[in-house]
Amino acid sequence: MKAAQVIMDTGAHAAALAVKSARVDVVPGYPITPQTSIMEAVAAMVENGELNARFIPVEGEHSAMAAAVAASAAGARVFTATSANGLLYMHEVLHMASGGRLPVVMCNVNRGIFAPWTLWADHQDSFAQRDTGWIQYHCSSNQEVFNTILQAFRVAEQINIPIMVNFDGFAISHCLMPLTLPPQEDIDRFLPPHEPKWRLDPAHPSSFSNVTNAAEYAPFRQMLSDDIMASIPLVKQAAQEYKDITGMWDGDTIDTYLLEDAEVVAFAVNSMAAELRLSIDILREQGIKAGLLRPRLYLPFPAEDIINALPQNAQVMVLDRNYNFGHPGGILASELKSVLFGRRNDITVKNRVMGIGGIDLPRRFMAAEIRAMMDE
Amino acid sequence: MKSVTKAYQPISWPMKGAGGDTGSWRTHRPVVDTQICTKCQLCWVYCPEAVIDRNEITIDYRYCKGCGVCATECPTGAISMEKEE
Ligand code: SF4
Ligand code: SF4
Repeated sequence: MKAAQVIMDTGAHAAALAVKSARVDVVPGYPITPQTSIMEAVAAMVENGELNARFIPVEGEHSAMAAAVAASAAGARVFTATSANGLLYMHEVLHMASGGRLPVVMCNVNRGIFAPWTLWADHQDSFAQRDTGWIQYHCSSNQEVFNTILQAFRVAEQINIPIMVNFDGFAISHCLMPLTLPPQEDIDRFLPPHEPKWRLDPAHPSSFSNVTNAAEYAPFRQMLSDDIMASIPLVKQAAQEYKDITGMWDGDTIDTYLLEDAEVVAFAVNSMAAELRLSIDILREQGIKAGLLRPRLYLPFPAEDIINALPQNAQVMVLDRNYNFGHPGGILASELKSVLFGRRNDITVKNRVMGIGGIDLPRRFMAAEIRAMMDE
Repeated sequence: MKSVTKAYQPISWPMKGAGGDTGSWRTHRPVVDTQICTKCQLCWVYCPEAVIDRNEITIDYRYCKGCGVCATECPTGAISMEKEE
């Protein structure tokens, strides 16, 4: 049995290595900062023969997702990646992938949205795709990006729903961290070849997404909604089996740190949640019983796991790196309040928006913010 | 924990009526005057729903959507569009 290999690499390259390990068949791609490094690395792998896939350079993100939809409908395992306005440009075709029940996996490297232009991370882009019917993971380390892409392919292909794997631009995509690469035979055991029940095939003509009448359309939408909820056990199973095979664990629907006895709970996603572990340590040193709850799944929002994990009477400090326009705070806080309402009336939810457009979120700053929120 | 999914995809196979009950859309019905018709088959070529019989030049009204393309293209004026009841 071969041992795992440990290297130093960026989050973007971790994503590309996961694409290679997943033995992806087709990769349509269009560059956009900070995602470009993923597509460059994948294109190079295809070019030098490391990855036996078809790379399709297209003229924009709308076409990238259209090519992904078509290739997936033809039975291929498909990957693409984007960021910010590229993701927004795909919006219409995202619905075609989910409504068409096609298991495309895409990385979105989180970046703030135009206008005005920014290149740096916040979470407005992925959260703005909430209602497209895609499952969404949010990752807080390079290793988690690698691990999650493999888990995402497995879940997507089990349930025929596309999955978006999100992580922060630059803090994750461009920073080096140690990365453990499990032996390929272990990954092959975890992720078997994609064998769709149906595919576009000239030998057996069929058509895809024909016009439906109301009585036909409604059940498709109901089933998509039901199956998105039904993905939660599959997400847990994938995380558990990945751990059994590789020994690595990033949490399943949620990830927690010092949560059991916490009176003050930080609630956030992506790289800021990794930094928040250090803020929790600072707060603990100051005698505050602090803990962390990071939803790894944003969609479906892991309501039951959050409700079960939060300690009695906790104050939850939601740190949102996005705006919920039309409401005073951020989107995560609204999602959290809606699942707690009527179920956990002992919980207090407080909310601050921070880190917009890549403003740095160091551990001491976030610890001080949480302290200040306690007095509000 | 078990997951129950139907993973139901919007797929259809080529067959008569695969596009739905398109005849219900019709407000005007194409009627062929067999005295004038020369059986040139142009209407058969143009009909987007493929509901005209190539040899008989008869129309399947269950699926004819009443678009009138056949009447416009007919070189002899053999097809008239008559208002549905
Ligand atoms: S186009 Fe007119 S003339 Fe030609 S076959 Fe059709 S109805 Fe007859
Ligand atoms: S009205 Fe339209 S659908 Fe009906 S027969 Fe003529 S061309 Fe075909």
